Amino acid sequence: MLTLLGVLVVIVGFALRFNALLVVTVAGIVTGLAGGLSLHDVIAAFGKAFTENRYVAIIWMVLPVIGLLERNGLKERAREMMSRVHAATTGRVLMVYMALRQITAALGLTALGGHAQMVRPLLAPMAEGAAESRFGELSDRTRFRIRAHAAAVDNIGVFFGEDIFIAIGSILLIKGFLAQNGIDVAATTLAKWAVPTALCATAIHFVRLLLLDRSLERQARAAALLSDCPTDPLSDSPAVRRSDGPTVEPEGPGAAGP
Amino acid sequence: MIGLNAVYVLMGLMLAGIAVVNLGDRGDRRRLNKLVFWGIWAITFLLGSHLPDFATGCLVIGMVLVSSIGGLGGAPPESATRAERDASARRWGSRLFVPALLIPAVTLAGTSGFKYLTVNGAPLVDPKQVTVISLALATVVALAAGMGMLRAPLASPIQEARRLMDAVGWAAVLPQMLAALGALFAIAGVGGVVSTLVNRWIPLDHAFVVVVTYAVGMALFTIVMGNAFAAFPVMTAGIGLPLIVTKFGGDPAIMAAIGMLSGYCGTLMTPMAANFNIVPAALLELPDENGVIKVQIPTGVLLLGANILLMYFLVFRYRP
Repeated sequence: MLTLLGVLVVIVGFALRFNALLVVTVAGIVTGLAGGLSLHDVIAAFGKAFTENRYVAIIWMVLPVIGLLERNGLKERAREMMSRVHAATTGRVLMVYMALRQITAALGLTALGGHAQMVRPLLAPMAEGAAESRFGELSDRTRFRIRAHAAAVDNIGVFFGEDIFIAIGSILLIKGFLAQNGIDVAATTLAKWAVPTALCATAIHFVRLLLLDRSLERQARAAALLSDCPTDPLSDSPAVRRSDGPTVEPEGPGAAGP
Repeated sequence: MIGLNAVYVLMGLMLAGIAVVNLGDRGDRRRLNKLVFWGIWAITFLLGSHLPDFATGCLVIGMVLVSSIGGLGGAPPESATRAERDASARRWGSRLFVPALLIPAVTLAGTSGFKYLTVNGAPLVDPKQVTVISLALATVVALAAGMGMLRAPLASPIQEARRLMDAVGWAAVLPQMLAALGALFAIAGVGGVVSTLVNRWIPLDHAFVVVVTYAVGMALFTIVMGNAFAAFPVMTAGIGLPLIVTKFGGDPAIMAAIGMLSGYCGTLMTPMAANFNIVPAALLELPDENGVIKVQIPTGVLLLGANILLMYFLVFRYRP
């Protein structure tokens, strides 16, 4: 039971919003000590695992070129391009990207995407640009909400696409694990049974993106009404602020539809 | 053979550059903290393979203390004004996309092409690390193309990298730290304890209850560990195989495929999956570090429900 102390540290630490690096380090040390290691061995185990997992950080090598392009107007260009596509709405831009991400991941091309190389420099400005060209200048909260949705479609697209590809890590892990337990399944069978969930993911999230479009529109109309009558006492009403929030999801529960 | 070490040296040099640029910014009150933080990280890349594990562990703890107690401050201001960037965007137009799209294109070409490149019969690039090496190469190619096209000052890329890296801050190291925590969880046997608890406390004598326990267990365990791969062996050995397959006669392939994807629903909802959830929030400069998670929770919950129904209706129908 003591072994779970580290898990408790993680849950409490994240819930109380302590610095996540500190929480993770303390949780690691607590877990190691509870598991019977000496402090020296815990620190060494931490160092060893940190060194072995350096490849996780290689994605940051995109920063020099992305920063250089941003300085020279990459995001502005991406935004401006969307303003010329009349059919573009935030939800539709995100749907197209998610579909492409899911399909390419299903073909094993998981490297075609990612937050540092696609979402920040291209997708998020395009999704913001589509909203700007419809509704004019966006509030910060709307902007943040659209960005969060842009990050989410990259995740959801790749998570629920990659398992349809037979040579992806998780399929190999499942196959190997079942083989250890004396059950032989073909990778193609596993990949086939990832398809129903992939279709559900697309359906559920597309409905949410349609609702996002509607909610952005409602919000823009409400903002336009308010700016027409600046003395309106409702201008600071909590209802308006809530629907404007970047993180609150008023459309969430309503998405239960299909 | 080109292996990961070459990539790590490049990454270390970039981080060292970021540390030095930060030191040179005399207007930044936290510049010494930033120098130490990015500097130590640079050392773990440049010398990591030669340092004793204990020394690396101490260095990492130093980074954690500097960032959590000393603090890293915020991002430096934009180096070009909105008007300058607009003008540049008009000047270069869609050519700006070329270097950006070179990143996925070269990564893809490397991932599929490197295995055919051999020198005297030995592979030119370590076949186990092709994806990471291709990505690193792609960033170098894209940077060269961007510099050639824009004729920017030589210091510009590292200054811009420093601006973005400072905006992300300590969250940049979090995925690597969580991977290290996962290793400690594995050493201490956290997984075994959890599956014992589940088996002891949940009544598992109805097929639907078992399916719900397995799928929800995958998601919850993933939320705690930050990684469905860590949850899968524990939950499948503890509940999936003995109950769904052996006791109720379910199909192992369907159970495993949908079970893993139930874990992915958990990945959408946890700060422990930092590279998917916390890093993009920092990268997109969201004020709420859980902003991406909050957007993903409704989809995660609904899809978990869909997975439970799919597994219940499919796993007992197609028996092996």
